[in-house]
Amino acid sequence: MLDQAGLDRALTRIAHEIVEQAGGADLALVGIKNRGETLAERIAEKIAGIESKRPAVGALDITLYRDDLGSRAEQPRVRSTEIPFPLKGLTVVLVDDVLFTGRTIRAAMDALMDLGRPRVIRLAVLVDRGHRELPIRPDYVGKNLPTSRKESVAVMLREHDGQDRVVIQEPEEGEPEPEARRAKMKDGRVPGTPTSRNEE
Amino acid sequence: MAWKRKDLVSMQDTEAAEITEVLDTAESMKEIATREIKKVPTLRGKTIVNLFYEASTRTRTSFEIAGKWLSADVINFSGSGSSAEKGESFLDTAKNIEAMSPDVVVVRHKAPGGPALLAKHLKCSVINAGDGAHEHPTQALLDLLTIRQKKGHLEGLNVTIVGDITHSRVARSDIHAMRKMGMTVTVAGPPTLIPPACQDMGVKVSHRLEEAIAHADVIMMLRLQHERMTGGFIPSLREYSRVWGLTLDRLTHCRPDVLIMHPGPVNRGVELSPEVADSQYSVILDQVTNGVAVRMAVLYLLAGSRAA
Repeated sequence: MLDQAGLDRALTRIAHEIVEQAGGADLALVGIKNRGETLAERIAEKIAGIESKRPAVGALDITLYRDDLGSRAEQPRVRSTEIPFPLKGLTVVLVDDVLFTGRTIRAAMDALMDLGRPRVIRLAVLVDRGHRELPIRPDYVGKNLPTSRKESVAVMLREHDGQDRVVIQEPEEGEPEPEARRAKMKDGRVPGTPTSRNEE
Repeated sequence: MAWKRKDLVSMQDTEAAEITEVLDTAESMKEIATREIKKVPTLRGKTIVNLFYEASTRTRTSFEIAGKWLSADVINFSGSGSSAEKGESFLDTAKNIEAMSPDVVVVRHKAPGGPALLAKHLKCSVINAGDGAHEHPTQALLDLLTIRQKKGHLEGLNVTIVGDITHSRVARSDIHAMRKMGMTVTVAGPPTLIPPACQDMGVKVSHRLEEAIAHADVIMMLRLQHERMTGGFIPSLREYSRVWGLTLDRLTHCRPDVLIMHPGPVNRGVELSPEVADSQYSVILDQVTNGVAVRMAVLYLLAGSRAA
């Protein structure tokens, strides 16, 4: 759906849009772990190229804010949140790879609010695949990908997967029903899995 | 490696991969302590009961803070001033508490095996916060976290545990956990305070302090557990302190990067001279700080273990 050049162009465009809208305001990018963090770093590099000032970049782990804890077969791995700057008064752009149900973003906003009081929170995603379950809408989108719930979107980044690519994966024959599948795959950020099957 | 157990009862039954899982989770939890608002909503609506039949400051407070930072409701229950004094049995008390639907019971009891008994009979999670001279698993976990943070790794390190090994649940849990993580453990103390079965646990035994600490990366000093001593184990406190107390003078023969640890409470001037307790080698307060993170990690992992 996106090859390396397409992915890079999408990030360049998001960087320009962020700069255009935020202007010279105090800007920070906060990536949602793990691939959102990588994307935030890349967008920050691009903004540095445009504005000659690199925005602060933080990484957010939303595990402790999930709404499905205790209803899963096992607890997801907790990673650390690294936001080494005060959020008060900043324009914070949340960055994630795939926007799906919106539940991750809900958790991320709660987590940010616990850390401080940003002036504005905006949302940048590489892929919007639809199927929202909460009233959440992205401000910057790399690519809109209409999908069915059964499919999964795999974002591969060279830092994690050795290549830059976005593909839609069809459910394989004999795969569990979508609901069960989603519950299983929500935590698609398990280390060692070849792709991010980010289902949120 | 995912955590699957309902309870945390001993380090003897815990596998190396599970220990690593707790330590990694605790590492992430440490960030919460640095926040202005030290609270995450993770265990909202969960109830934790601290059931303490023995004296405790650090451990009980640590579990209470850990639970509260994760947004659980924490209820403290102490043996004294309770129905235990009216003759109710330990198991009956626990079953009555369970009837009020807690999610986790943290228990400290003088009887070895008390927490394991509760784990067997209660549907909720049980955490051993010290059972007699048997085990104190969260203490071993916070010790490992502290060592790993200071040294960067665990495997291959030399640890010397000095003092009253016989009556120490900390020593027992530490030895099990450290051996599993590939560390070399030496125990040192007067022969009366070193149990003969020690060698079966894969540790070296030394009866000379200087020799035992010379090559140690970590020295763990223990308090004399007078409350558990039933006979004359040492001639006098002063003699014990003279032979086995750690002083700055004795430290000069140790590695320059040695860590001094102590599970607390410290009896200054007995096992540790005040200068050593406050020296740059001492990580005693880091241990306490890490205790909260480790207990948050354990509470988090156990809370997910009973999902359908």
